[in-house]
Amino acid sequence: MSKTSRTSITMPAQAKKDSIIEIRAIAQHDMETGYRYTDAGKLIPRDIIRFFTCQYNGAEIFRAEFHPGTGANPLIIFTTIATESGTLQFEWRGDDGYEAFNQSQITIT
Amino acid sequence: MSPENQAMQDDPNLNPAQFWVMDGQSLWQEKAGKRDVSCASCHGESGSAMRGVAVRFPKMSQGKLQTLEGQINQCRVSRQHAATLAYESKELLALTAFVASQSKGLPIAVIETAANKASLQQGRQWFYTRMGQLNLSCAQCHEDRAGLKLGGSVIPQAHPTAYPIYRLEWQGLGSLQRRLRNCMSGVRAQQFEYGSPEMAQLELFLMWRAKGMALESPGVRP
Repeated sequence: MSKTSRTSITMPAQAKKDSIIEIRAIAQHDMETGYRYTDAGKLIPRDIIRFFTCQYNGAEIFRAEFHPGTGANPLIIFTTIATESGTLQFEWRGDDGYEAFNQSQITIT
Repeated sequence: MSPENQAMQDDPNLNPAQFWVMDGQSLWQEKAGKRDVSCASCHGESGSAMRGVAVRFPKMSQGKLQTLEGQINQCRVSRQHAATLAYESKELLALTAFVASQSKGLPIAVIETAANKASLQQGRQWFYTRMGQLNLSCAQCHEDRAGLKLGGSVIPQAHPTAYPIYRLEWQGLGSLQRRLRNCMSGVRAQQFEYGSPEMAQLELFLMWRAKGMALESPGVRP
């Protein structure tokens, strides 16, 4: 069973060659820690995003592991060097078959 | 509001409430109920017709004081012939966030009228009445001690300018009524029920008290 959710990417559409660009990636996810209980005393099982990767024209430039300490709707901000025009692809994977994708184009000026 | 909080709220790409607004936009266009119509069927596809709506709620509608959530449910029942959405459900929060966001930046426009006068007075009384085991009224913190601290946090004047809010403490979106219940729980009072007349009266008074302030919905709060 695969689930997905909304994601949003913020990064410049254009950049000077070899400049540093900032990328912000946020995914809609409750990030259930696995440490909470219902009012009836039943443990709510863990259900979190586990991995986030970013590929720049096919090469992985950033990877992150999420743990239960990460809050809901996690935002990750990282930088990379704008080497060439192309596509950045973003992928989130998590518990219970969760997967989400997004992508963004960049043009080098 | 800390600068970081304000920055998160103002940036539509950072504000986590954006996801509820997007979900609300989908729900707006989704047909529902026995009459198989959507919000968009009557109110237009884009939702822009809702601009100016949220800043006028709560208001008297067909002789009853309605909050925005109450009005959405009233439309579902009478126009769509669909079941009401539960308070604090994802769907109702999403629709409320979507409708409220259409009025972002507009001044709150709740005024006293002949029709709402009694409800407004009742709401005013709730605000100034001591309640709960701790025997505190809303006014004792939010008027007399606004700007001072409670447990390390600055006590705000408590204007509901940003509802529904993404509260970091909740790790999710919630309504004004949820927040009011938290306060009542805090003074160990019997909480008003969701959707109750008392809640609507208190909301009406709070919005009247905040009139003229710009709506920031959907907001981010600690």
